[in-house]
Amino acid sequence: MSSQVMAREKRKSLDENDVILEVTDLKKYFPISAGIVFQRQVGAVRAVDGISFHVIRGETLGLVGESGCGKSTTGRTILQLYRPTEGSVRFEGQELSTMSGNELRQMRRRMQIIFQDPFASLNPRMTVGSIVSEPLQIHKIYSNKKERQQYVEALMEKVGLNPYFINRYPHEFSGGQRQRIGIARALALEPSFIVADEPISALDVSIQAQVVNLMEELQDELNLTYLFIAHDLSMVRHICDRVAVMYLGKIVELGPVDEVYDNPQHPYTQALLSAVPVPDPQVEDSRQRIIISGDLPSPANPPTGCNFNTRCPVRFDLCFEEPDPPLIEARPDHFVSCHRVT
Amino acid sequence: MSVLLDVKDLIVRFYTQEGTVYAVNGVSFELEEGETLGIVGESGSGKSVSSLALMGLIPSPPGKVESGTVMFEGRDLLTLKPDQMRLIRGKEIAMIFQDPMTSLNPVLTIGTQITESLKLHEGMNTSQSRKRAADLLDMVGIPDAYRRLDDYPHQFSGGMRQRVMIAMGLSCNPKLLIADEPTTALDVTIQAQIIELVKQLKDEFNMAMIWITHDLGVVAGIADRIQVMYGGRIMESGSSHEVFGDSRHPYTEGLLGSLPRLDSSGEEKLTQIEGSPPDMRNEPSGCPFAPRCDVREEFNLEKCWDQRPPLETVADDGGDGTHVMSCWADIREGVAENV
Repeated sequence: MSSQVMAREKRKSLDENDVILEVTDLKKYFPISAGIVFQRQVGAVRAVDGISFHVIRGETLGLVGESGCGKSTTGRTILQLYRPTEGSVRFEGQELSTMSGNELRQMRRRMQIIFQDPFASLNPRMTVGSIVSEPLQIHKIYSNKKERQQYVEALMEKVGLNPYFINRYPHEFSGGQRQRIGIARALALEPSFIVADEPISALDVSIQAQVVNLMEELQDELNLTYLFIAHDLSMVRHICDRVAVMYLGKIVELGPVDEVYDNPQHPYTQALLSAVPVPDPQVEDSRQRIIISGDLPSPANPPTGCNFNTRCPVRFDLCFEEPDPPLIEARPDHFVSCHRVT
Repeated sequence: MSVLLDVKDLIVRFYTQEGTVYAVNGVSFELEEGETLGIVGESGSGKSVSSLALMGLIPSPPGKVESGTVMFEGRDLLTLKPDQMRLIRGKEIAMIFQDPMTSLNPVLTIGTQITESLKLHEGMNTSQSRKRAADLLDMVGIPDAYRRLDDYPHQFSGGMRQRVMIAMGLSCNPKLLIADEPTTALDVTIQAQIIELVKQLKDEFNMAMIWITHDLGVVAGIADRIQVMYGGRIMESGSSHEVFGDSRHPYTEGLLGSLPRLDSSGEEKLTQIEGSPPDMRNEPSGCPFAPRCDVREEFNLEKCWDQRPPLETVADDGGDGTHVMSCWADIREGVAENV
């Protein structure tokens, strides 16, 4: 009870009208080609298939779903690392999807990304100092080398790395420390918005809490807005204010995190939450699991009607008909896309 | 119930070019018939290496089982000759690995791979073994089983491949099944399917099982007994209710505190364990958790640095003596003993 009150208070400090990011009907299709000499397109993988949501300044929006549901593609398409097939992405009032490369580079001072794999996302031939200062060089901030080094050292201290190690290479650090380097790099340009693409999935359990606590501290200190992409639903409940559940390229449920976790409306969300194990044998012994059968359908060939109709335990005739269910407000601030929920 | 597997003082090292890796440093445990033991630990804790060692699967060189005994049905598995061991592996003790794509042979059909051990261990002919293989696939929930025998691994999804691995593991009715992170590569909904399946099959076959994982949530639901490993040693072991509900070791406590819970809205900060897991290339002395341990720091225990705490029954564990831990202090009591 008290924690719910706290959660509400935490969100009260956010200005609901201060929308930092507005995504409207975003689509990203990847072409499937056939032929050896003459390539022709024979289909498309619908990685992101028409999603809309907004992010308020200072909040953390969680994007959850199973592998292949399009959550990472969404994050990258927002930052225009993939150009969208259709739809609009407005960031701080400016439309990103039609921007040229140069304009985008300027926008990237305001929006950054932290990648999942701290082993693959850091260049092994660059020192920590040059990794963290590269964005500063690109954007020609601190032309004075000494000042730049001081700034990088301060940044390293901020993310909990010893500035003494500025000339070391990534392989000399552990996984958690490498992720701190990735965070320092993302913070170098003082962005307002960060896409965190599974930032803790590759880390050991005892290290995950360190990185999550760091991200929370930095958010409070620098008023950062996070899009937190993850498949660990327990961690999402801990760190996020609101959560969007994705299934096969679409958002099936969206709302405040406690509301969605305590009152899941979509049958997929219900199954997903019931499948997450809780580290407590007493809870586990008494829990009722909803086991959904079957696998995720291919996003190259999604089912007709509702995407979830191949696995849904409560499906009925309407679910197999076009159009698929719209995202409607089933409870205050809580949106669901299901024919069963009206 | 009688003891099926009795591991004593297992020590495994790897002699690499970068130095000796002290992977497993004196591990002892017992497993009863039909019991499920969950081994929990982070990467490098020695949880996989210790189970590979008892299967005789440590690549040598560079690995070497330095000492220890693994008694299984009256025989020490570590002293068996390779061809004797081959008769046990797959027949008496089977293993399921983490990544079903790399542990299945991509150029052989599923049928060939399942029938291989049936022909070898059970002496079945081709049609008998194919029939049995189809029954097994059917049992693990693969639809249209007989026809799918002729499919290759890439034609199955991740969850289905793991079902194939399970079918293969169960093919000769093993007495012990070792599952090494069998659901780590899978999504949660698929993980839930696999866990339900394994639980049900375990009862049906009355097997003992060792379930190795880094996910405390998974073992909470499946294991009778939990063994927490760190730095190649057992830190704490007991029934799952004891380890989760009444954890005594600072590492177990820290690990549980650092996990957010699905069933509570997490406004409080996660408690974090400072530092990083140990470099296993350093020769172990004292408690491996000492550099990160806040209890050691609080009570300023010098002994943790150079003396190994023994694995002993915790104070007032309820009488059966099965709840053991290896620490110089008992955090629940808030006192450091024997200092």
